[in-house]
Amino acid sequence: MSTKPLIALIALMIALTPLLSCQTDRKPDHEMDKAADTEAPPPSALKTADGELTIFSWWTAGGEADGLAEHIRLFQEKSGGVSVVNAAVAGGAGTNAKAVLKTRMLGGDPPGTFQVHGGSELIDTWVKSGMMAALDSLYDEKGWRGKFPDALIDMVSWQGRIYAVPSNIHWGNALWCNKAVFEKNGLTPPETMEQFFAVCEKLQKAGVTPLALASRNKWPVLHLFENLLAASGGRDFYMDLFAGKAAWDDDRVKKALENFKKILEYVNADHAALTWDQACGLVGQGKAAMTVMGDWARGYFVTQSLKPGEDFDAVATPGTKGLFFVITDTFGMPENAPNKVATKLYLSIVGSVEGQLAFNLKKGSIPARTDVPTDAFDPIAKKTMEYFASANLLPSAAHGSAVIEDFVVSLNDQLSVFLSEKDVDKCAGAFAFAANDAGLKKD
Amino acid sequence: MKRSGKERWLSFLIFAPSVAAVFIFVYGFIGWSAFISLTDWRGLIPSYEIVGLKQYASLMAHPRFQRDMINTGVFTLIFLAGNLFFGLVLAALLDRRLRGTNFFRNLFMFPMAVSFVVSGTVWVWIFNPNSGLNAVFQLFGFDSGKWGWITDPKMAMYCVAMAAIWQMAGFTMAQYLAGMKGVSDDIREAARIDGAGEVQVFRHIILPQLWPVTVGAIVVLSHISLKIFDLIFVMTQGGPARATDMPGIFMFETTFRGDFFARGAAIGIVMLIMAALLIIPYLVYSRRMDA
Repeated sequence: MSTKPLIALIALMIALTPLLSCQTDRKPDHEMDKAADTEAPPPSALKTADGELTIFSWWTAGGEADGLAEHIRLFQEKSGGVSVVNAAVAGGAGTNAKAVLKTRMLGGDPPGTFQVHGGSELIDTWVKSGMMAALDSLYDEKGWRGKFPDALIDMVSWQGRIYAVPSNIHWGNALWCNKAVFEKNGLTPPETMEQFFAVCEKLQKAGVTPLALASRNKWPVLHLFENLLAASGGRDFYMDLFAGKAAWDDDRVKKALENFKKILEYVNADHAALTWDQACGLVGQGKAAMTVMGDWARGYFVTQSLKPGEDFDAVATPGTKGLFFVITDTFGMPENAPNKVATKLYLSIVGSVEGQLAFNLKKGSIPARTDVPTDAFDPIAKKTMEYFASANLLPSAAHGSAVIEDFVVSLNDQLSVFLSEKDVDKCAGAFAFAANDAGLKKD
Repeated sequence: MKRSGKERWLSFLIFAPSVAAVFIFVYGFIGWSAFISLTDWRGLIPSYEIVGLKQYASLMAHPRFQRDMINTGVFTLIFLAGNLFFGLVLAALLDRRLRGTNFFRNLFMFPMAVSFVVSGTVWVWIFNPNSGLNAVFQLFGFDSGKWGWITDPKMAMYCVAMAAIWQMAGFTMAQYLAGMKGVSDDIREAARIDGAGEVQVFRHIILPQLWPVTVGAIVVLSHISLKIFDLIFVMTQGGPARATDMPGIFMFETTFRGDFFARGAAIGIVMLIMAALLIIPYLVYSRRMDA
């Protein structure tokens, strides 16, 4: 009877079904929730069957992964052996990770905590949809109020409540200069757009690519363009644009596009083939003199054995002096996090002076708190920390802080068309169309 | 061989899970997508308010989608023509039963075994203006520094189409080869005895009998090209300047980056309709042939 083994197999499968479904049933969280309401959790309380913390991020390599490892090390020292699941998803600027995270959150499988850029990405995507827990009590308990800049806390707050702990700050509007190239041509880093174009002209004549650009991934183009927007329109106009209170075919937007068009005469011809690190590579090798990139570029230069302040330097992108584009990685607590005690402990490490110091030294960013000792940081980081404390903060659109992602997708798309068509009016018109399509509100 | 009731039960039992799975995960989700495309779901919180065909209307008016539709058409034409041509030529050569036929047959089939993501990565290196082809041309003394390949909006489409043809021509070749094997040697022999040369045998005896194979290949290939995503996403992400943008990439960005689920679903349904317009006539046609 050849059917017998088959019947046995099916019977086995049926018998196993309840077992399999059991596994997905979570243990009731009541005990954990009660524990979460009390203050600092005793380490023993964490040693339960659910003693696990999943940390979701897109930090998979280099200084970022090292920084995350520091957080995890501190967490494990203090948690008494709660196991950590490092659920990092690779992919530039987190584009892949964000898609995976959405699937997990919507599918009812939230991580214990996850990396998210402060601003729109956190608020519009997660907080407004009611998926995050407010952290005001944690801020009170740890005495963190006033330790972070107000403008930064605004970026992680909604309706007066705080929803995330910033772990680090990246500086978006930085112009990176190869000092040797500048000295050889007798130039100083430009501060205004006029100076910038004069410098470009001289470098071009000297046979050096003035500005390195990378457009293989779309975001570095928007990264540069948002700098130009702030340079031509100032902070208030920039904020109004993304709030839908100013028109996208305004003359100041066109001015930024005109500048961009002019800049395109001074960039490397193969920009469509390069990624941001390769563009930085051109500057590092002296083939190009400058590039506009966030200060994660500093970490890249350092891995190329270049010395901050000696071989390369950074100034604010021309026309944006006094403004600081903030890209902040923050960590929050999903409303349905499986182990809130562990999550809160982790967040308290992220926000502590010790955690900020350990993490940022490895990642190559600067602390989000302004009371962290600066001694251990390199000269450019020290300069950035001073600048951060005094400048006006602006959210970055390219990194999801200024506006909903749907509109960012459109901006990226329009700019990639602009790179080849160089049609200012058409592009501004397309921006206006996209702003309307994305429903940016005009109050 | 009379089937007992028990065996019938068993075969039903064995098939039931896959039938159920297909109904839920294929037809169920097609239906769900169609429903979502009629709503105004935007953002992470589902919204099931029906707004009719609004998403489709705004899609048709969207410059990016208009460009995507043109791109899909152009890509499909190049992809089909290239595949049919190279598939037929390779098959005709291998059908000669020369020495090394087996080796070459496997060689030409091999790209099909590679994922689009893997081959796309390799093609990016080949078409990178700083390395790959340009470096090879420079070895031979050409001033190729100005050729942009996938970074040039005018050339990018041909580059990705070439990569796709490289990948799938082996499949077309296998189809044709099978078709040619089906042409009996008696007929070929008869033609030769009547004085036909090899070219004439191919043109008048073999080629006419390959028509059903060609139709089948067109259907299979065009459903690949209509929903192409991975290869292009790896190679150009739809750039430069929308030159290689496809509905699949627009859908991915709209849905999973922009959280505009209703529009994403609408794009998906449009892609489904395009594929259906092609496949349904074929199914009807082949049914009639069978009957």
